[in-house]
Amino acid sequence: MRKTAIILRHEFRQTLRRKAFILITVGFPLVLMLGYGTYQGVQHWSQGDADETEISRIGYVDHDGRFGEYRNQDGAAFVLYDREEAARDALLDGGIDEYFVIPEDYVSEGGVYRYTMEREMELPGSVWRRTRDFLLLNLLAGEISPEMMERVRQPVWIDTTRLDEEGGAAPAQDEATKFLLPFVFGVLFMFSILFSASSLFDSVTEEKENRVIEVLLSSVSSRQLLLGKVLGLGVAGFLQMAVWLASIKLFTEFASVNIPALSEISIDLGILAWGMAYFVLGYVLFASVYAGLGSIVPAAKEGQALTFAVAAPAMLPLSLNWFIISNPEGVFARVLSFLPPTAPTASMMRLSVDAMSPWEVVLSLAILAGSVSLTVWASAKVFRTYLLMYGQRPALREIARYLREA
Amino acid sequence: MGTSTVEVSGVSKFFRGNAAVSDVSFCVQRGEILGMLGPNGAGKTTTIRMMMDIIKPDRGEIRVFGETAKEGIKDRVGYLPEERGLYRKISVIESLVYLAALKGVKANLARDRATRLLERADMLQHKDKKIQELSRGMGQIIQSIATILHDPELVVLDEPFSGLDPINTELLKEFILELRDQGKAVILSTHMMNQIEELCDRALMINKGRIVLYGSLDEIKSKFRNNSVLLKCDTSPGEIPGVVDTRMRGKSLELFLDGRVSPQELLSILVDRGIGVERFEVSTPSLNEIFIQVVKEER
Repeated sequence: MRKTAIILRHEFRQTLRRKAFILITVGFPLVLMLGYGTYQGVQHWSQGDADETEISRIGYVDHDGRFGEYRNQDGAAFVLYDREEAARDALLDGGIDEYFVIPEDYVSEGGVYRYTMEREMELPGSVWRRTRDFLLLNLLAGEISPEMMERVRQPVWIDTTRLDEEGGAAPAQDEATKFLLPFVFGVLFMFSILFSASSLFDSVTEEKENRVIEVLLSSVSSRQLLLGKVLGLGVAGFLQMAVWLASIKLFTEFASVNIPALSEISIDLGILAWGMAYFVLGYVLFASVYAGLGSIVPAAKEGQALTFAVAAPAMLPLSLNWFIISNPEGVFARVLSFLPPTAPTASMMRLSVDAMSPWEVVLSLAILAGSVSLTVWASAKVFRTYLLMYGQRPALREIARYLREA
Repeated sequence: MGTSTVEVSGVSKFFRGNAAVSDVSFCVQRGEILGMLGPNGAGKTTTIRMMMDIIKPDRGEIRVFGETAKEGIKDRVGYLPEERGLYRKISVIESLVYLAALKGVKANLARDRATRLLERADMLQHKDKKIQELSRGMGQIIQSIATILHDPELVVLDEPFSGLDPINTELLKEFILELRDQGKAVILSTHMMNQIEELCDRALMINKGRIVLYGSLDEIKSKFRNNSVLLKCDTSPGEIPGVVDTRMRGKSLELFLDGRVSPQELLSILVDRGIGVERFEVSTPSLNEIFIQVVKEER
């Protein structure tokens, strides 16, 4: 037990020092920040000077005579000029950002004339909205009750409820987060599991290649070595996942001020608990396969193709992301969440949109746990036998025969 | 027999049905160096790996410190494998401390001992370098240090001298003799017969998985004495009864006796004839010759 702990600590420390680990762990929060920065930049650029935070001064000339109230709208101040020349001079001097003229026949025709110094592809939405509100409120002033006036200003709040098959209310999710959350979860899951597991492969092949393995085996048993490595790299993977989840949490809180949709994202504790179970089992599944492979191949380079072949099934749910999310309760999504290599990612995607019933989760975890114990058993066998064979790679048939006999 | 550090009795190991080691028995005592020799693929490494509990014997029993494959035995054993290597990307001192930790030595103590041994090997200035920055021979010395850092009671060295320059060879010999003087049991597996003749008290020779020679060096040599004497004298000794053949060996003449005449009688014949004898030596074959002879006979 003590030796397993020493190996665990050693592997954990070595992993923390690896450039790839640092890059991937810190890279994700950086990408989030970068994405946010870009989003902000684009928003700022597309809104130009008519930024919501700055009050724009809009001049107007009223030939009709009834537009004197409601001059302070949200984000804009309307300034009355008695002559068009005065308004033009104010615009040229920079006293106002733009102005418009309400002609005498406005009520019958509905047209106003707008003057601006900006180049525009089309009428900015904010200008259209503010001008409309200003005119509308002034037209209705005195005609209707104050309550009605308030309703006209803000005619509707839409509250959407999604109904499930039984007609009960399903938890609401914003469209964007509905797609974003499972996908992000899936990607992070796959990355962390595969990265940690393939680090195990590297660690085993390195010790085999540099021949330290024989010295290690004269100090510890192959079981202690395997366990220490799996746990050490697993703890590193867990740390990575924790950093990512924490950065998502911080990021959503921080950025939801500007991107309201993000405030809808909440990481449910129940999902987190299931996620932990899937993470641990998924990691051990791939880790044991990689450890076994690592002990078989004579050199790390020869194993590269093999590691990819093993990783491919884990990536399948991601490349088929659309099919799972668009129909998370369909046959396809269900099958993927029961197949051991795809179960962790597919189930996490389905769970994050609440499309998995408890019995499905239990069954999928049970199948996963069963196959994990099988791969761990086989891997420990192979690990012990082939670790000290430096020469050529044994044929698959031979390994299969060996496992049958064991 | 309770005093033996290692007791191997009737051990066999099969790989894919073929016996890599068959019915091997020997023991190693405290304070002795046992030489292990044999051609490549004879089963030496397999035997050592079984002693180290890296692989299990299919038959027979191995007792180390009187116990069979018990947790904790590995902490009292130091092993320098023939296939050598260290972590390439970790510093010398860190590698040493980690490997010692796996033998149950606390980090501080390991650091102190490593510093002392590195100093003795004149390599203290390299302690923070990565192994990949050092030469092969230096790496080998580091690994020898790792083998004895935890003060093991049994030390197994598989081809420890290969690749070492004469200075480091001397240093390693010094380490080995010191271990023996401290009362540790040492097993030295090597192809270099002169090293075995120089360092070992007893030797064990394995060929094709079986023990073909086992005993003290004197016993082995006398067993292979081919009943001849080396003679150097001022004149030709002429015809001597009982001598069946003669051959020049270096500057001496080797006389092969027929078995009825003892070397003692031969000497008195020479003295009676008034021949001036400069050298008279009962010839014993070198370990090298014995090795080659045994391996050829087995073929």
